[in-house]
Amino acid sequence: MIRSEIFREIAPVLRDRLVVCNIGIPSQELYAIDDQPTNFYMLGTMGLASSIGLGLALSQPKPVVAIDGDGSVLTNLGTLATIANNVADNFILLIIDNGSYGSTGDQPTYAGARTSLARVAEACGCERVVECRGEATRDALEDALASGEMTIIVCKCDSGNAKMPVITMDPVTIRDRFMAAVAD
Amino acid sequence: MVEDINVRIVDDLVANGVTLITTVPCKQLAEVIREVEYREGVLHIPSNKEDEGMGLCAGAFMGGRRAAIIMQNTAVGVTINALTTLIQYYRIPLPMLISYRGGLGEPVACQVEMAVHTEALLAELNIPTFHFRRTADVEDLDKILKFTFMCNKPVAILSHTSFWGGY
Repeated sequence: MIRSEIFREIAPVLRDRLVVCNIGIPSQELYAIDDQPTNFYMLGTMGLASSIGLGLALSQPKPVVAIDGDGSVLTNLGTLATIANNVADNFILLIIDNGSYGSTGDQPTYAGARTSLARVAEACGCERVVECRGEATRDALEDALASGEMTIIVCKCDSGNAKMPVITMDPVTIRDRFMAAVAD
Repeated sequence: MVEDINVRIVDDLVANGVTLITTVPCKQLAEVIREVEYREGVLHIPSNKEDEGMGLCAGAFMGGRRAAIIMQNTAVGVTINALTTLIQYYRIPLPMLISYRGGLGEPVACQVEMAVHTEALLAELNIPTFHFRRTADVEDLDKILKFTFMCNKPVAILSHTSFWGGY
């Protein structure tokens, strides 16, 4: 199961939730599959989806789902320590761990080799860490939302990308409609 | 007369609605970071790296909070991508209180290596930049914060060692 197939399965769960989506093909896929004003698409800045999501979760009461990738988490690994030490129970970090840098040509990441992001998250002090296969992502996400506890989901899935167009929406438009949805 | 610059800085941040402050330590900033940590009504989130801190601030802003970052000038080198592709691109206001190491009296040679690039990098990024050289310069902070939230830009306050009372 590849990322875009997972997105199609979880889109009904994500709809109307506040979502911060990782740079590159993940944002393009989510935008094409189910664009919502409640989605914040990162157009740049690899690695900061989890940080933006945590800042958002700490600043308002609605649940926040940050969709990140294994490569992006590896580039900002300190984020897992920050998340663990500043608990926001309305925050879910969903790491789509396909063991590759999908947006740049599917080069392998260390998370696809010897490094376990779930165990790193646990070692950082994150208390609710769930590792699942792609097929179980929807259930894991629904469980996490129902739990009311901060959850890190590491979704182990296959490498691969759907061919989707680049997002041409202006960044200020993305941010403005997202903020309106947050405040709504 | 400014009684205590550390208290005054946090007073002005709070008076301008800043309720989330992220910090990466510098020896010069130790007292103001302590003030941030213990101030009622301010959520202090220490960051491991300054670009991570900018992500936190961006998320906080979109969640309805005003946020600020406190860091050393070496962080300008770390954060250029976050500043351009996140903070500037999405037009997010971000006050940056920056300790400016590497000037007169600096005992650590390597600090000079980043100091000589700091102002040029900020200028290249078109980031409005203000200087705190003497204690009394803190009087400008309130206006700088109002300016930042008026124009939705990252704004740098380069606080020199002379402002903090020397090495």
